[in-house]
Amino acid sequence: MRTVRAGTREAVGGICIDDLAKTFQSPQGPVRAVAGVDLEIAAGETVALLGPNGAGKSTTIEMLLGLTRPDRGTVSVFGRAPESAVDAGEVGAMLQTGSLIRDLSVRELVTMMASLYREPLAVDEALELAGIGPLAGRRTQKLSGGETQRVRFAVAIVADPDLLVLDEPTVAMDVESRRAFWAAMRAFVAREKTVVFATHYLEEADAYADRVVLMAGGHIVADGPPTEIKAMVGSRRIRATLPGADRAVLAALPGVTDVELRGESVVLVCSDSDAALRALLRTSTDARDIEVTGAGLEEAFVQLTHEDRAAEAA
Amino acid sequence: MSTTYLRLELLRMFRNRRFFVFSLGFPIVLYYLIAGPNKDNHDLGGSGISAPVYYMVGLVAFGAMTAVLSAGARISAERSTGWNRQLRVTPLTTRDYFRTKVLTGYAAACATIVVMYVAGATLGVRLPARSWIEMTGLILVGLVPFAAGAIAMGHLVPVDSIGPAMGGTTAILAFLGGTWFPITGDGVFATIAKCLPSYWLVQASHVGLGGAAWGRTGWLVVAAWTVALTALAARAYRRDTMRV
Repeated sequence: MRTVRAGTREAVGGICIDDLAKTFQSPQGPVRAVAGVDLEIAAGETVALLGPNGAGKSTTIEMLLGLTRPDRGTVSVFGRAPESAVDAGEVGAMLQTGSLIRDLSVRELVTMMASLYREPLAVDEALELAGIGPLAGRRTQKLSGGETQRVRFAVAIVADPDLLVLDEPTVAMDVESRRAFWAAMRAFVAREKTVVFATHYLEEADAYADRVVLMAGGHIVADGPPTEIKAMVGSRRIRATLPGADRAVLAALPGVTDVELRGESVVLVCSDSDAALRALLRTSTDARDIEVTGAGLEEAFVQLTHEDRAAEAA
Repeated sequence: MSTTYLRLELLRMFRNRRFFVFSLGFPIVLYYLIAGPNKDNHDLGGSGISAPVYYMVGLVAFGAMTAVLSAGARISAERSTGWNRQLRVTPLTTRDYFRTKVLTGYAAACATIVVMYVAGATLGVRLPARSWIEMTGLILVGLVPFAAGAIAMGHLVPVDSIGPAMGGTTAILAFLGGTWFPITGDGVFATIAKCLPSYWLVQASHVGLGGAAWGRTGWLVVAAWTVALTALAARAYRRDTMRV
């Protein structure tokens, strides 16, 4: 029994995820991989699912592709069930794990996959978009890790899908492969496709997505344009030696979100470290050994999920 | 169904060296080793069949079983690398996936059959055209339960143990089915043999003797194995894909 919400209709052209949940049984007991996710993605959007390992990104993606059956909730892709969208050839995917089958050349493999669709891209076009034209004649078992990933990307786009789903596509790639990969990705996205990709690199989400959905602990903890998310999780810390510091005064400085005191040293967690630093130097002239560092993404996640749980408990 | 998909799957198989060694090389070498010295024996072990004919079909059974079961090894391998999940996000239906795997296995089996018939001819096997056709037909039908068994094993056995599992199964079924010596009489051994699908593959060699090579028992045994293994394969497949 589901009630259609007002927002659902607008998302018919895109993806609508409603109250999605999945728990796996493990030897240590049940693991709540996805714990109630609501998400609407308009057609043509490029959305990054950003989060640390175990955030629920892959499980969400598997349910989006119809590979995993949700315990609760629904997913619709262009107004139909994921399996139907897959059968209609509307979806292309690059899953997190998976090697290629051997004893075929790259061109033969991409041709094989193209043959499964009614209206695929031309094989040469897919190879070119993925930037692997020069590898066309190479046997799949003789590719490097980065090359394999780009062939897997070609396999995903040869479907000419309306929805492209990529689960941590650049994991295990070196810097150069990564750059080549995103250039290929950009060329494909220019064709007004809907793209959902999972990553745990903030920079990738920032550089290539229109919108970033931050996940942790099976929940969406934030959802917004990359700049906004970057401000949230890309917080900086100011560390300084400041004898006799007053917590209340420091906490009141502009751009400061949290204060930690450890003996004579203080750590200011900042949403705007520039403003905070200016104010600190103005008000606490005896502050010395000043250091500004970027907080790690993991740390930001811990903090955000912490806030999330506190809000849930309240 | 996409013929390109089937064509490229066949290409993959024929490029694989193991295929030539196990499905073609082994049976030929064993054939010349066993049947060669006995090529003038016209009544092998009281079966009424000449040694070259008997072993030709016996080793066809062995090679074709290996060929068809290897489809299961390919399924298992694709499961372990995640390739089957990649296929599940394409419009390829499960039915077409299995159909392609089985047809690929049958293509390998046909290669074995042709090669062994040629080897048989070199040891003086001469049969009327009708017998060749009838024998081939029976072998192809007799392989159906093995195709179902291959799909079941492909979903039940992990890739690191599928080699020994398939090798062991083939060896036991070939031995009990009479690949290495004719099974005669009414003893316990013969009774067990007659319940196995491999026995009836080997029995296809009886076509030259006039009368039906299989009889009602043969058809029943092959049909029963087909039904049972198909049910097992369907269950294994469902369990495998529902688990997640």
